[in-house]
Amino acid sequence: MRHFKINHEEIKNGTVGRSVKHESASAQVTGKAIYIDDRHQTSQILHGYPVMASVSSGTIESIDTSEALKIPAVSCILSADDIPGQNDVGPVFKGDILLAENEIFYHGQPVLLVVASSYEAARKAARKVVIKYRQTPPLLDIKMSIANQDWVRPPHSLKKGDVDTALANAANRLEGEIAIGGQEHFYLEGQVSIAEPTEEGGIFVHCSTQNPTEIQHLVAKVLKRPFNFVTVEMRRMGGGFGGKETQAAPWACLAALAADKTQQIVKIRLARSDDFRITGKRHPFYNKYEIGFTDTGIIQAADIQINGNCGYSADLSDAIVDRALFHANNAYYYPAARILGNRCRSNTVSHTAFRGFGGPQGMLTAEQIMDDIAYYCDIEPLQVRLKNLLRPGMDETPYGQKTSQFVMADMLQKLADDANYYQRKSEIAKFNQSSPIIKKGIAITPVQFGISFTVQHLNQAGALVNVYTDGSVHVNHGGTEMGQGLNTKIAQIVAQVFGIDYEQVLVNATRTDKVPNTSPTAASSGTDLNGMAALNAANTIKRRLFDYLEKTYHVDHTSIMASKNEVHFGEQKIPFSKLVEQAYLNRISLSATGYYATPEIYYDRATASGHPFFYYAHGCAVSEVEIDCLTGESTVTRTDILHDVGHSINPAIDKGQIEGAFIQGMGWLTTEDLIWHQDGQLASASPANYKIPAIGDTPAIFNLSLYDSENPETTVFRSKAVGEPPFMLAISVWCAIRHALASLTQQRFVPALNAPATPEAILTAVIEANNWNKKQGCNRD
Amino acid sequence: MAIYELSVNQRTHSVDVDPDMPVLWVLRDVLGLTGTKFGCGKGLCGACTVLFNGHAVRSCSLPVAAVQNGELITIEEVDKISQYQTQAIPIKQAWIEHKVPQCGYCQPGQIMSAVALLKNNDKLDRKQIIQQMSGNICRCGTYQRIEKAILSVAKGASDDE
Repeated sequence: MRHFKINHEEIKNGTVGRSVKHESASAQVTGKAIYIDDRHQTSQILHGYPVMASVSSGTIESIDTSEALKIPAVSCILSADDIPGQNDVGPVFKGDILLAENEIFYHGQPVLLVVASSYEAARKAARKVVIKYRQTPPLLDIKMSIANQDWVRPPHSLKKGDVDTALANAANRLEGEIAIGGQEHFYLEGQVSIAEPTEEGGIFVHCSTQNPTEIQHLVAKVLKRPFNFVTVEMRRMGGGFGGKETQAAPWACLAALAADKTQQIVKIRLARSDDFRITGKRHPFYNKYEIGFTDTGIIQAADIQINGNCGYSADLSDAIVDRALFHANNAYYYPAARILGNRCRSNTVSHTAFRGFGGPQGMLTAEQIMDDIAYYCDIEPLQVRLKNLLRPGMDETPYGQKTSQFVMADMLQKLADDANYYQRKSEIAKFNQSSPIIKKGIAITPVQFGISFTVQHLNQAGALVNVYTDGSVHVNHGGTEMGQGLNTKIAQIVAQVFGIDYEQVLVNATRTDKVPNTSPTAASSGTDLNGMAALNAANTIKRRLFDYLEKTYHVDHTSIMASKNEVHFGEQKIPFSKLVEQAYLNRISLSATGYYATPEIYYDRATASGHPFFYYAHGCAVSEVEIDCLTGESTVTRTDILHDVGHSINPAIDKGQIEGAFIQGMGWLTTEDLIWHQDGQLASASPANYKIPAIGDTPAIFNLSLYDSENPETTVFRSKAVGEPPFMLAISVWCAIRHALASLTQQRFVPALNAPATPEAILTAVIEANNWNKKQGCNRD
Repeated sequence: MAIYELSVNQRTHSVDVDPDMPVLWVLRDVLGLTGTKFGCGKGLCGACTVLFNGHAVRSCSLPVAAVQNGELITIEEVDKISQYQTQAIPIKQAWIEHKVPQCGYCQPGQIMSAVALLKNNDKLDRKQIIQQMSGNICRCGTYQRIEKAILSVAKGASDDE
């Protein structure tokens, strides 16, 4: 039933489209919602803790565990030699080492695992292990990686038209660059796993992971067992954001290794500062560009170099840098483009997935380009953006996919009107004239985010729907619940199919023995993929029930309708629970699996072209800021958002995703500053010196509307993915800060601004603006 | 190790633990009250917030020896204890109505801070909420809804007067 149309009559009585509460809401406010660490709070289990390298690069000369082993609670200390299978937990490519064998690649790299009868003893013993190293100079500067062409994966580039000629012939040319900081996930529930030996000689794993199947595979490979000997269960995460797509694996594998060795239950829970230090983050990027454009501000050519700092291994960096390339045009048309993506190696943790997956770092560069053009040409920035949007006839992206849904211009204009953009802008100009220290700024920016995994085979999902004889329904699917409301939406979808109350459907833990071979819950695809698989499974059962009605009561299929816990056929109706009971007595199967694979998507790496995205999600935001030119502090005073989630399955959940993603994006671009010591150790390793948004950072005025538009593609109930796209709405904040800075030069020059726009970065820009003013003064003299 | 008599949710428990063991771990590991969460272990994120003598405190950095002669209240029972019911019952309800939780992990701590805030202030505005709730961080970014939920309860309370 992939090509269904929305039956608005059915929807009206159904549960899809309603803001039902999150399935866990009641448990979450009473402390009854169980997270991994809430299991096995007994003294009967063992605890593992890693011994971490204290250098960033080098080799191990000697290891002395004698002092650690003197602690009575310690049961064993495991090394790479104790691993029966592979010592590599790389998700796609090899190179993510579980326990160091000889070489050290980053500060904090796990070398050994201490197993003890208490968490405190395991940590204490881990600190007592003495390791001597032969150090080598670590590679910590991305510009050095670029100069040395030191990559974790080969570069990949998009090419469209003849860029060199187009640049040479362009009326105006500008160069620019930007250093973009990474971001710590800071999921409030840190990395945690529990492994339990099973009677068959296998392992059962509870793990806070976005990817139970990959945990299953990696645990099996580490222990050298077939996949069916390992089962992974995941009920809910206390936040994921991409940080538990691959980064949960080492701790699950180490817990499993220890459980296998000791034949006892083993838990590993990282301390917060270690979680900061030794798990991957959003990639820092360093991007450069040269653009050519007309006097009216229309782009003629873009030559962009995107450099992702990948850390020591490939992890998911290939796909992440690809996505940065795919979004380096954001919503804009580049007639000629060359967009090169480098995957730079460095001696840090391996940087990884984080909401947006490289997209934000590409998109920020596109928005910087738009502002550069606007200030250079002295054209209002929204006008420059509108002029450069992808539009009919100018619809082809640098990777050959043609945009087919042109809503961006309408959305931008609607938001500008609703938020009074132009009027506020002129008021801000007036305010700034009489305010020498506090400067205000405002900016409106679009988001066009491609939906689908860029790795094609991941775009598939499975589900299992069981209807019990009392009419209650149990659903399992391949996705994982991390707060995004996936289980709630899936319950709504299944309830809608059967025409029953949402409360009749239970969706709980994701398990590898219920639905196998699943993809990570990532790329915003959770509902698109698993929702469609659950829909297909439910429809299979529905069809069997309707066939039974047809045969038994001699009614036509088309006259049967399920609604409000009843099934209507001809002139009759029967409660859903009664129908199910009858069907059971007539030996009709009430259980079905469902499967879904996204249609139409492909990408040819050799030609760097294709159709990697099933569709695009759209949004736009206008943000107003104040900066203090003496302290560099910034405040977001108002944000208005208009976002496109297609036909929303649950507006309250979708709006929550948009609000939260914006706040998280605002943190990334303003206060969240990752700092590494010169020796490669992470300095900003706790909430004491790494600042994520708190309640007071929320804009005092914060308006959000959903754009009224069904997805033109045949997604589940014509909805759109919502997890990642709104993260990039926060780029409006960064552009607004630039606008405030430009007021220092009467909008004639906009100083460079790195991300995050910390007080230091803003002060640096203020100084640059003041110097520009001085120089202009000198020139006039 | 030493034996401590603790009052938790108005019941007395005798625990044999190290004097410097944080209250968080006494609650979670010894008493099995896992509703209170471990977030950062440094009193900087608020996930472990409980009430101690009516004030919101960070249980991860509060040693058990410091809470002997007082009353601890946790998320599990706060709405069942008479002196907090007026705040806790409507605040839990408001949390559900305003659809505050996403991943939910920080929410027990948020709710405990909100109960203390409402208990100790008759009238509330945005400024006070921001001041009192700034120590409870939420990575899902549910702040706007937290503010609305607290304001709805505060408003309800003042409407009653």
